This record gives sequence, structure tokens and C-alpha cells, in this order.
Amino acid sequence: MVGMPVGAARRAHRPIPRSGQFAASWRRSTAGNGRPAGLISFQPGSGRLLDCRHPRHSDRIGPFVQRPHAPSRPDASPLHLEQALQLLAQSGRPAPGGEPGSAAWLQGLIDALVDLSSRDALTGLANRRSFELALAREVDRVARSGEPALLLVLDVDHFKRVNDNHGHAAGDEVLRAVAAALLDSVRPMDLVARVGGEEFAIILPNCPEPFGATVAERVRRRVERAPVMAGPGGTPIEVTISIGGAFAPQWVRSTPALWVERADQQLYRAKAKGRNLVQLETGAVSLVSTEERQALFDTTFGFEDHDD
Amino acid sequence: MTEASPRRSRILAVTSGKGGVGKTFVAANLAAALARLGERVLVLDADLGLANLDVVLNLFPKITLHDVFTGRHSLDEAILPAPGGFSVLLAGSGMVEYSRMTPEVREQLQKVIDEVSPRFDRVLLDTGAGISDVVLYTVSLADDVLIVATPEPTSLTDAYATIKVLATTQGRREVQLLVNQARRPGEGRNVRAQLQQVLDRYVGPTLDGSLRLTLVGEVPADGAVREAVQRRQLLLEAMPGALAAQAVMTVATRLLAADEA
Repeated sequence: MVGMPVGAARRAHRPIPRSGQFAASWRRSTAGNGRPAGLISFQPGSGRLLDCRHPRHSDRIGPFVQRPHAPSRPDASPLHLEQALQLLAQSGRPAPGGEPGSAAWLQGLIDALVDLSSRDALTGLANRRSFELALAREVDRVARSGEPALLLVLDVDHFKRVNDNHGHAAGDEVLRAVAAALLDSVRPMDLVARVGGEEFAIILPNCPEPFGATVAERVRRRVERAPVMAGPGGTPIEVTISIGGAFAPQWVRSTPALWVERADQQLYRAKAKGRNLVQLETGAVSLVSTEERQALFDTTFGFEDHDD
Repeated sequence: MTEASPRRSRILAVTSGKGGVGKTFVAANLAAALARLGERVLVLDADLGLANLDVVLNLFPKITLHDVFTGRHSLDEAILPAPGGFSVLLAGSGMVEYSRMTPEVREQLQKVIDEVSPRFDRVLLDTGAGISDVVLYTVSLADDVLIVATPEPTSLTDAYATIKVLATTQGRREVQLLVNQARRPGEGRNVRAQLQQVLDRYVGPTLDGSLRLTLVGEVPADGAVREAVQRRQLLLEAMPGALAAQAVMTVATRLLAADEA
């Protein structure tokens, strides 16, 4: 899994329990006034949160969240709410509102944790996990709606040189700047993700093929035009990206993996052709133009059979 | 496409742009109709990812193409007799892993077809829906290709797209069309004419040689079809007198006549 550089963050992911019952440390980390443990129970196997009780108000305040199916983990260790709150604070998120321990507070905490675990820590973009979820959803959606969707995979050119010549802090700065540039050049409905070290991806739902090249080119130029200033008084670093893209196969029963592979192939082409380039897969996608579609159903086009 | 080898079956790929237009229904009943006309027919479930020929035929195969691919069983063990007097080679649900056409899968499929070819007069390839690489490769193995479409707009568009891809990427110049669920007599002819005209205008100029779409028949929308499907029987077995069943018989007769001509 990508995007969790902090050891504490990794640990925090592990204890989110998938089954069994456990006691939660029920304290406010800020005030430090300890309270007795509460109870949270999960359905074994499915990971569905069944019950959540406040130590002094045993009335049920769950279930209110459903986690995706995951194999049961009998050895799940206790979840420390305190640690969760620390994580939120560390990531710059506000503590959940409402009375600590209340349903609203817990919901706020869970929402914040979900948000935290779906984002890349360095850039704030969607991380690989949420990218994969979104991609699978998009494949399904395209197959049903037939709307064209574009997947772009983007890679910072010669990123190793940035790290070698300017240091890793500058490298991080470059990644953050590229992330900001990407977000800045697409629609709010598009998903921008950091999927690996210097590799990014953008899912553009409902993106007709003629617009694909325009959008990708805009993204490329937006990055090219903005040199990154590494540190105060640092020299500006010229940053470029290579972009590969493939449209979702509207007619094809496809898989997210295949879609990514097709976009990756185009990225390799862009790299091979000298970088700082956009390469989009063409051909198989625009099988039927709007004009052809209209002709197919245009009764004046000649719906009578003359030669049969 | 055809090779002049005498001991080789004629391979017909049955495909459709869109799913749910009755492609498997047509493949199975057409096989039964051809068998009735004295042909030795094998239907190969080439919808490797999501096969449902077994459902249509109410078969529960223990040995499938998957076992042949993995070498656990021989081809002979996997070829089963179907209710309509023809043979089937079913993919089985284990085939999901073949939903991508890797060189290994290509080789396996080609090998299977080469092996069954001398033993049957006709092999029908029941392909998956859509225009995936699996479908395109399967169709490329066939002498003839039959597109099943309904008069419904999405089905027609997908049929058009399929024909276009076959013409431009595989050099097909002859494609057969079967219009299923026709709502009135003559609808098949109209659909063919419309497709042909749009193909002539938009695809023809990009090709060398003309592209010909032949109507092999129309099968009327017929409540008997649904009933047979629900009973998990072949229409030709369950209700041979139904209009749709007779239409399929006509298609089979026409296919044989066309091949002899």
C-alpha cells in the first residue's frame, strides 16, 4: 500500500478490527481524563460494525457503518481511539465535533479516518487504494452507460535526477507541485490519484474521445509551465511529465487491470518518444461516430430494401 | 478464409455486439436444426469468461474446456452429447481466468479447434458478447461469422460496430446477419438494408473491395422462446412447431444451401 510514510499511520491501519469484540480505550486525548472502556463489536467475516456502546450509556448507538468485506482476523488487536485522534491531529484534520463518545462524534471520527486512509499523505490526492476502487466502479459504469471514460497515467520525467541533484525534500516538493497542477487542470468530477512514487493517474468519467487529447495536453502543459521552487532561495526545477491514456472499452467486458495496462503501454510510448509527451490509445474506441449512429436510425437514409 | 482441406469442418462464429440478444439461443437451436438436417455439429462455448450454453442446454458438465486446457482431461472426455442431437464443448465457470486472450489461450483454443475440426461437418463458436480481444480472436478462427441482432437501437449499433471491426481489422468482406426478435415480417430485411447502407457509406470507402452483409433469416419475437428458455429446453425440442423454431429451421436450410452453392 502506498502513501503511508509514517510508522504510526501504518500501525493505525492494522488494528481496525475485522471481527470479534474488543474494548476500546475511551479517552479524550486532549484533556487526558480517562474513561472506562466502551464496546465496539464487528460481525465476524463481513466486518460490518454491529454495535457500539458508550461505557456509561449502554444504549446501542450503532450500527452505522459498513466496511468492505475482508477476511476475518481473529488476532485483531485493540483499536485505540486515542491513537486515531492523534493520527487525525498529525494529518492536520480537526478532531470530530460533538460530545466525545456520542454517535455524531464517532461518526465524525470514522469519516475522518476513512478520508485519511483514502488519501496519499504527501500530496493529499487519492491514494492507490481509493484509485483502484474508483477504477473498478468506472469500468462497471461505462459498461452499463456506454459513456466514454478516459484513464490517464502520468509519470514525472527523470524524477530520480531531481532527487539526486536537489535532494529528497525537493523531490517531495516536486511531487506536491505536480499534484497541485494536476488537480488544477481537471474537472471536480475527475479523480486524481498518486498511485506510486512519482506515478499519478487521473480517471475522467464521461470524457468524449475528441476531448481526451485536449485535456491530457492541458495537463502536460500546466506542469511544464510551472517550475518548482525547491526551498527558500532554491533554484527553480524544471518539471515535465509523460502521459499515457486509454479510453474505457465501451463495448468490451473489461477489467480495471486491463484498462491500466493499456494506458501504461501508451505511457511507455510517450517515454520512448522522448518524454514530456501525451500518447493516447486510438482506434478501437471510436467505433461508431455520432454521424454513423444517426445514419443508422435515420429513416430517410433509406430504410427500404432495394437490392434484396 | 476457407482452406481447401476436405476433412475439415466449416466453422461458424455466432456473435453479437450486445449481450442479451439471443446469441446463445440461436447457436444452440441452429445447431439442433443443422443436426436435424443430417450435419454432425459441435457447439463450442467460446464465451470463455462467462459461458451460459450449459444453462440453455440444462447440462451440468463435470469435464469442461478448462480441464482440456489444463491437461487434466482429454478432448474426447469433454465433448458431450447435447439434447438436440449435436455435441457441445462447454467452457465451464473455471474459464474466467481465460477472459484475457494471452498467447497461451490462443494456442490452446487453436489446438482444440484443429483437433475437433476433422470430426464434425460444422463447428459453431458461441462467442461472448462485445468486441473484446477474446471475441475477435475467436471470430478470426471461423470461416464464416453470423451476427445476431435485434431491431433494438443499441443492438443495431453494436452489431454495426462489430461488423465494422471485423471488416477493418480482420479483412472480412462477408458477414451474415440474423435478426432475432423481429416484431413484424420483413423487419430483418429492413434492418439489413439500413446496416448495409450505412456500412457502404462509412466503412466501404476505407476498404479494398466491397463489404456484403447477408441476411440469413429473421426469427420472430415469439413467446414460445421465453417458455423454452424457462424450461431450460431447446425450442426445437420443446416446441418445434413454434414460429421461431420454424424460422431457425429455415436459417439452417439456407446456410446449407449457401454452402453448397
